[in-house]
Amino acid sequence: MLTAIWVMIGLALALGLLLGYSSVKFKVEGDPLVDRIDAILPQTQCGQCGFPGCKPYATAIASGEADINQCPPGGDAGVRALADLLGVEYKPLNTEHGEPKPKSVAVIDENVCIGCTLCIQACPVDAILGAAKHMHTVIASECTGCELCIAPCPVDCITMEPVKESPDNWKWRYPVIRIQPVAEHTTTNSIH
Amino acid sequence: MFEHYILLFIGAALVNNIVLVKILGLCPFMGVSKKLEASVAMAMATAFVLTIGSGTSYLISEYLLGSELFYLRTLSFIVVIAGVVQFTEMWMEKNSPVLYQVLGIYLPLITTNCAVLGIPLLNVQEKHNLMESLVFGFAGALGFSLVLIIFASMRERLEAADIPQAFQGAAIAMVTAGLMSIAFMGFAGLVR
Repeated sequence: MLTAIWVMIGLALALGLLLGYSSVKFKVEGDPLVDRIDAILPQTQCGQCGFPGCKPYATAIASGEADINQCPPGGDAGVRALADLLGVEYKPLNTEHGEPKPKSVAVIDENVCIGCTLCIQACPVDAILGAAKHMHTVIASECTGCELCIAPCPVDCITMEPVKESPDNWKWRYPVIRIQPVAEHTTTNSIH
Repeated sequence: MFEHYILLFIGAALVNNIVLVKILGLCPFMGVSKKLEASVAMAMATAFVLTIGSGTSYLISEYLLGSELFYLRTLSFIVVIAGVVQFTEMWMEKNSPVLYQVLGIYLPLITTNCAVLGIPLLNVQEKHNLMESLVFGFAGALGFSLVLIIFASMRERLEAADIPQAFQGAAIAMVTAGLMSIAFMGFAGLVR
């Protein structure tokens, strides 16, 4: 009887030690490149790039399946940052995926809202608050401005309003330094 | 000697098929047979786990438990197989990401399966030695794979077939499995 208990304890201990050791020894970090690309993307989760969210798009960029210029909310600055990180040539934003717009948030006209919850289901970041047959509203600080809630609304009561610059969200502009051609005759004037 | 292993192999894979004759491992047989790709991955994971499981449980029952602690077999087999498979999974994630992507989620799923426990117990019952245990485990897994892949292909066809409403879904799958089991009875008597 006592032997049986010792055998089982010994087995459990040995396996526990083995697994504990191997979880440290064989630790696999997630692909750091994906995380770094994901950090540059704007996290609107809007899906305009053709992927279900920012992380899948980052994974696709890292594996070379997607181009870097498919993210309209990230804008020109986003493409430049990605080109910088990946060491590839900058290319202008692919307008097939949409035009960059000023940062805006969704606003629900609360007099018209019928409480159908369709926009709540569409919101990728859970920024819409409300219950069935009760008025909904948008939590402005959570809204990423992805516009996914506009299409499902049956009464068209959602509008996008640009975020006005206020002391709360104002920040320094990035310095933009134009690249000067070294000598006139060596440049090809492809970009103006 | 070689002939003995061939007979053991055919006996375990076809004549005493674990799914259709011994009625073990029915959960992955019914659960993971909806799509062919998933069932192939499951089959490979099973072959892997069963072979490793047969080997380790033979060592455990022979050198650790002996004849006086035989009543600890079931308990210690579960613990050891689960532990060893978990360890292999970690090792694989680190050293062979491609294999890990194929087998990935199926490895832990199959670990505590009744077929995986049943084969080592049968090994002990039949007094197999280490080599015989390994062959028996691998052959059993191949038999399982064969049946699982055949069944998955049939279910994919059934999706498109015109089935009476009362038989749709699980009902027709059960009927198909029953017919397959009858077909495998044809192997009875091939080897002892």
